[in-house]
Order: sequence, then structure tokens, then C-alpha cells
Amino acid sequence: MLKDITLGQYFPGDTIAHRLDPRTKLLLVIVYIVGLFNAVGWYSYAFVIAVTGMCMLVSKIRPAAAFKGLKPVIFIIVLTALLNIFYTDGTPVIEGWIITWEGIAKAVMMSVRIILLIVGTFLLTYTTSPIALTDGLELLLNPLKKIKVPVHEMSMMMSMALRFIPTLIEETDKIMSAQKARGADFETGNLMRRAKALLPILVPLFVSSFRRADELAIAMESRCYHGGEGRTRMKTLKMQGIDFAALLLGAAFLAIIFIMKRFGL
Amino acid sequence: MSDIKVSALRHVYSAGTPFEKVAIDDINIEIPHGQFVGLIGHTGSGKSTFIQHLNGLLKPSSGTVTVDGEDINADKLATKNVRSKVGLVFQYPEYQLFEETVYADIAFGPKNMGLDDAQIDERVREAAHFVGVPDEQFDKSPLELSGGQKRRVAIAGVIAMRPGVLILDEPTAGLDPAGCKQILRNICDYREKTGSTVIIVSHSMDDVACLADRLVVFNHGAIRFDGTPEEVFSQPEELRSIGLAVPAATELAMELRRLGVPVSGSIYTNKQLEDALLKLKRGAE
Repeated sequence: MLKDITLGQYFPGDTIAHRLDPRTKLLLVIVYIVGLFNAVGWYSYAFVIAVTGMCMLVSKIRPAAAFKGLKPVIFIIVLTALLNIFYTDGTPVIEGWIITWEGIAKAVMMSVRIILLIVGTFLLTYTTSPIALTDGLELLLNPLKKIKVPVHEMSMMMSMALRFIPTLIEETDKIMSAQKARGADFETGNLMRRAKALLPILVPLFVSSFRRADELAIAMESRCYHGGEGRTRMKTLKMQGIDFAALLLGAAFLAIIFIMKRFGL
Repeated sequence: MSDIKVSALRHVYSAGTPFEKVAIDDINIEIPHGQFVGLIGHTGSGKSTFIQHLNGLLKPSSGTVTVDGEDINADKLATKNVRSKVGLVFQYPEYQLFEETVYADIAFGPKNMGLDDAQIDERVREAAHFVGVPDEQFDKSPLELSGGQKRRVAIAGVIAMRPGVLILDEPTAGLDPAGCKQILRNICDYREKTGSTVIIVSHSMDDVACLADRLVVFNHGAIRFDGTPEEVFSQPEELRSIGLAVPAATELAMELRRLGVPVSGSIYTNKQLEDALLKLKRGAE
């Protein structure tokens, strides 16, 4: 049951999108979001949708997989759409109705915007392994070290957290089975009872997490880890031709969006 | 009485996804009440998957498991009932301890069975006694105990449900030799006094050789051998070919025979080897 949770949604592959430097992809996602929020008319929306579709094609991600990520936010999308439909002034669809043509248009736009936002950002996590992502993030945020932001520590914590999610899920599964074997019941009873029933899982899970953290710290120290100072990498990230090309395309995308905005398209 | 009958059992993990994997296939076995069964097989042979079917933790993809003639997956109640009939001690059970005191932790199982306080108290004391947890430790936190003691408390937590079948997955893993011996002795005590079925999953051929009266060998999700230790260990080559060893005593006896020492009889425990060698010596005199 717990194994079905997909947290690191990375799909290994060997497309251009997979080969891009994580920094490039992070920057492109920012460019994409800025572009999306500056799209004002139907034409610019069509343009963004086309670009998103192209990116999906390039990264060979099946649409079904891309849209799977939408499930948890369907509620938000529907709520936004409803609010926009009912609270936008304009010409009513039928005389006397509260629903207006403008409201419907706005609702559609807002929903499309949220969907594009999510699909676009998911493309990043689908094509970039969590480790590459945190490495890229660390390098991008490196300048912040000058103002004493612990960038390395933060990214190290992030990669460790990502690394241990599957381990913890496995562990939870094991402890649940063990308690079930002792007759524990997690599925019946009211909310209070169910919350209480989680105790036999949470306590051992916390205990073993602390133990694991301790062991990890010792293992890291015995391999001479002492923070980010002067640390080198086995795989050094390097921007290549395709990265600059991709960034150039990103800039073009942004330019087109702004030109369209200028003309109100 | 708790007779286990497994027929045509098959389990597939992550069915319908690219990660699909057949863990066990076409397992047919009957375990009558009171048997001491040793379950051996290398990592990934499906033995852990198998034992989790015996108390309904895993649902078969196809096939049935019956305990006392009752299909344990018939409905939710049947699955719930089998949990107290078939006690399962997982590998490294000490990681499941969670209560504030040793007493409360051992009482968790009986409490879930809905017993009253007097019955719970009786069972906790009895279970603690079986595994050698002294009364003075009842009020301690289970997390303060040593590794071996924790393991014993965890096993007591399952024994306290008085299961007719006790299954232990690698009960001695990670313990020192003295701790191993004691745990195994506790388990034997439990079986002698209650007449329960005991199924031990183990890597240690020496342990299962001298304890079990039946050995079941798993390989690639199927039962490869099923018989008395004598029968199973008489095929050292086949065992080796599936990545398993024979007990040290058997190995030694084989080597002696190869060197021309005529040790006779089937040998798979140290005691048998000792007797055989003494007999030889007497014969020589």
C-alpha cells in the first residue's frame, strides 16, 4: 500500500531534456513560470501550451504521467474556477444570471494556468534525478553564501531527506506489519482511535530515525566529511552547448511572451 | 490445534506494473500441529513472503491458506482471528518495541485480542517467564535494555498471544553466540510446554539441524526440498548448487570420509559426529 506513493517522480531516460544541466532546467522553469504569469490573452496561452507540449515531446514523458501529478490539486483548480465564474462582473450569459461570459473566460484561463504551472514544473522533476536537482540548486544559490546563507548545508539536508524517503517508507511498512501481527488494527474506529493506533508505528519509527541519523553522521565523519568547505564532486556539473542553446530558447520564449503582452494578445 | 494447509499459493509483487515480480509460485505444503519446521533458503528465495501469508499479512495472488480448515482470507474477521492463532516474529523484532514499559509492550498483543486485565497479566507473566525476562525489568523502558534483552521482550510480545503456531524470522540474527543459544532454548521451552507448532526461518544450518524435525528448503520462490534433516542434508551437492551449505558436522564428516576415516551413519549435528567418532575409537581399541 505504502509502496504506491511516488515521491521522487524521476523517470530515468536519455533524452535532451535528461541531459541538460540541472541548473539550466531550474532556470528554464523560472523563465517558464514568469512567462506563464505574463501571458494575458488567448494567443499567448496557446503559445505557452504549444511550448509545454514541445517540451513534453522532447522529454518523452507520456501525457498520462504528466497529468498524474494534477490529481492532488484538482480541488484547488475546481475551486478557483468556480470562484471566478461566480465573482466576475460583465455581461451575463442569460439575462439575470450571475454567471457572466467574462467569468467563464477567466475561469478557463485560471484553470489552464494552474494546470500548465504544475505540468511544467513536473517536467523538471520527471527528467532530473533528485540528487542532480539538489546539486544544481546548490550551485545556483552559491552566491548567497556571501551573505552567510548555509547553502551547502541546506542542499545536503535536502538530498539526505530525499535519499531516506524510500528507506523510511520501507521501515514504516515493516513496523506496520509487525504491529499487525500483534493484532494492531489501523483501519477501524473513529478518528481518535485511529490516531492513537498510529502510536505503535510512530514511536519505533522515530527511535530508528534517530538511530539512523546517528549512524549516518558517524559514517560521514569517518569518511572525513566536514561540511562543504573545499569539497569536490565525483560528477562535476558542466554547462555545455545544448545548455546555452536551451537558455537562448528560453530567452526567446520570454521575449515573445512580453511582445504579445505589449499587443494584448 | 492448528493445522496449516497451503495449496497452490502464488504471490506477485507490484502486479500490473513494470516492476512486477513473482515472489512465490505454486507452494503446496501441509504443516500438522506440533511440528518443528526449519525454513531455509538464500535471500530472495521467497521464504519471508511465504511466512507472511500464514497469518494473513500478505494476501495471496492466487491459492489458499487454511488454518484449522478455515480459509484465513475468507473475510476480515477470519484474517483478524488468525493473527492470534499464528504468531509471527519478524526479523529484528526489537525495532517494533514502542511502549513506555516492558510490561505494557508485552501486553500489547493480548490487549488487542480484547482480554481482561487479569488474563492479560497472566499471559504477560507467562510469556516473560518463557523468554527469561525477569519481573524486575517490567517497569523499565524497553529502549534501555540491551540488544539481546530487547529481542526477548519482543518475542515475549508475540508469545503472550499464546499462538498455536509460532513463526520466527531469523530470531538469532545479529546476536552473540550466547544470546543465540538462549533464544533458541527459550523457543524450545515454549514448544515443549505448549506443544505449539514452531516454524523457524534461518540461515544457520547448524541451528535448524539440531532443532527442527522437518526442513523445508526454498529456492526461487518454490519448495525445493521438504523432509527430515537427515533426508535434506544427505544431498549436500544439491544444497550447494542452490547457494546453501550443510551443517559444519556434516561437512566435517564428509571430509573425514574423503580422507578414509570410516565415520558411519547420517551426521548433521555435533552430537551425532561425536558419537560416531567415539564408536570408531572404541572399535579401534
